[in-house]
Amino acid sequence: MEADPAPKVVATDAALAEIRRLRAGHGPLMFFQSGGCCDGSSPMCFPDGELLLGPNDLLLGEIDGCPFYIDAEQYERWNRPSLVLDVASGAGSGLSLEGVDGRHFTLVSPPLGERGSRREPAGRT
Amino acid sequence: MATIERATTFSAPGQVDSPVELKSRYENFIGGHWVAPVKGAYSANLTPATGEPFTEVPRSTPEDVELALDAAHVAKDPWAEASTTERSRVLNKVADAIEEHVEMLAVAESWENGKPVRETLAADIPLAADHFRYFASVIRGEEGVISEIDKDTIAYHFKEPLGVVGQIIPFNFPILMAAWKLAPALAAGNCSVLKPASPTPWSILKLMELIEGIVPEGVVNVVNGPGAEIGKALATNKRIAKIAFTGETVTGRLIMQYAAQNIIPSTTELGGKSPNIFFADVMEADDDFFDKAIEGLVLYAFNKGEVCTCPSRALIEESIYEPFMERCLERIGRIRQGHPLDKSTMLGAQVSTAQIEKIESYVEIGKQEGAELLIGGERAHLGGELEGGYYFQPTVFKGDNEMRIFQEEIFGPVLAVTTFKDEADALRIANDTLYGLGAGVWTRDTSKAYRMGRAIKAGRVWTNCYHLYPAHAAFGGYKVSGVGRENHKMMLDHYTQTKCLLVSYDQKAMGFF
Repeated sequence: MEADPAPKVVATDAALAEIRRLRAGHGPLMFFQSGGCCDGSSPMCFPDGELLLGPNDLLLGEIDGCPFYIDAEQYERWNRPSLVLDVASGAGSGLSLEGVDGRHFTLVSPPLGERGSRREPAGRT
Repeated sequence: MATIERATTFSAPGQVDSPVELKSRYENFIGGHWVAPVKGAYSANLTPATGEPFTEVPRSTPEDVELALDAAHVAKDPWAEASTTERSRVLNKVADAIEEHVEMLAVAESWENGKPVRETLAADIPLAADHFRYFASVIRGEEGVISEIDKDTIAYHFKEPLGVVGQIIPFNFPILMAAWKLAPALAAGNCSVLKPASPTPWSILKLMELIEGIVPEGVVNVVNGPGAEIGKALATNKRIAKIAFTGETVTGRLIMQYAAQNIIPSTTELGGKSPNIFFADVMEADDDFFDKAIEGLVLYAFNKGEVCTCPSRALIEESIYEPFMERCLERIGRIRQGHPLDKSTMLGAQVSTAQIEKIESYVEIGKQEGAELLIGGERAHLGGELEGGYYFQPTVFKGDNEMRIFQEEIFGPVLAVTTFKDEADALRIANDTLYGLGAGVWTRDTSKAYRMGRAIKAGRVWTNCYHLYPAHAAFGGYKVSGVGRENHKMMLDHYTQTKCLLVSYDQKAMGFF
């Protein structure tokens, strides 16, 4: 994969404040981008190490020291966008930490993938 | 006309003429009793119809999960030892209770979830009753097998319940999804601690009110609260023998990880991005079948698109694209959006602010990706008391399968449409997804339908139909859509374990020592 100097994941000030608040109560944190039904497209926040990582998980970057992961194939299918983490009111229904306080992390309606559409279909099955 | 329409709208729970009685606060249902949360904290439950709170439910903590597990473990042995005749009788009485209160439960679930009451009246609640009846029936037909190893050695195989199971259900069908999970678990002789989804904690409690004198104490326990606290406390608990979950993929991974750490089984249903495929021959005649096919496409708006198997990708053979979509868009344009408790409403409110904001975000992504917006695309503003509700217009994009709106489940009334050249192209696009839960195939050519159905990598391929969920038809995912098959007696295998009694009738020693 080509090197890309632009950060792949950044956060809004509100999300950074929420991260600091959660970290004060839970210690180091990790994010993992979900998929599928219900809260499928939500970034999930856990105590760091809560979700065991595998070789098919991609580290997109760090937000204020918190690693942010996504399934590598899912990221390809999303056309490798840059993600902007935000936080909004209202709890989701998963195990993400901020739900306890009636909030949910979300992605700001984001820019396009690197070239606007997914490439290299031969690499997929 | 307006008066007639008003007469078909149910009064909201708690109003004098509503079929649903409403208390200002509910408790956890533990050991057959209504138990206040240990730490005394409650959360408001909102209705998506107006965005207003209407009752309070416990905001439980792990201590409450332990209380529920205590109660379930007390009930475990008597329930496991109850005859299948007795367990069947109880499940049938649950079904009776549901059927006697269809309207009450339908209005409760609609009010809590935002879905149109005509769907809960016709589908969710009758199906919930039928799933209890189905498992009440099939459990009585279960039998172990006896294997004659040799003339004096017999292996007796018994199906024994697992014990106490944890079940975490989603918000999109709060009562039906509970029925899908409770009916097989209870039929097989297990006790359950069930955690409803945070946006829909209440309507299942209305069901518990109906069955509290029917199901023995502690066999079913319901604990409400945040997933990060009580969902985790339940899924990681050493006192559960199995965990079942419906929801998204990362929580699904966590659930399976927690199960691995305790070496217990899990079943998961994690959603999809289901293709709905229309071959050119659907338009060979403008007949009942063609009309059915149009409805088949518009079913993406069923339950406002909040369905794990939402047919959210429509693949249309390019030779009929223009005339077929014209007819479909005409039908979509006639979708009646409104108050969920109005029986004529076809499209209600999304379940939460989180969901409707996600839908808006994906519509924006679709536009940025260059997809062509054919209809909808914005929040619906219905005015009056509904102005604060979470309504989104039925929306259709045309684009290609490489776009994100074709790859990720939006969980809203948003359809992504594309075209295909031939059967091979249709199959390639259908399978070009991470997921494999549902699919639809529409054609008058049954050989083609069979070939497609067998080649699509999904657990359920509706053929010339969609969104039917009868008991006795297995439902579950291929690929990352999860593990397990619900709605069928094979689910009993997921809630039992096999005991083999290997018995020798030979009087003689083996001769080794």
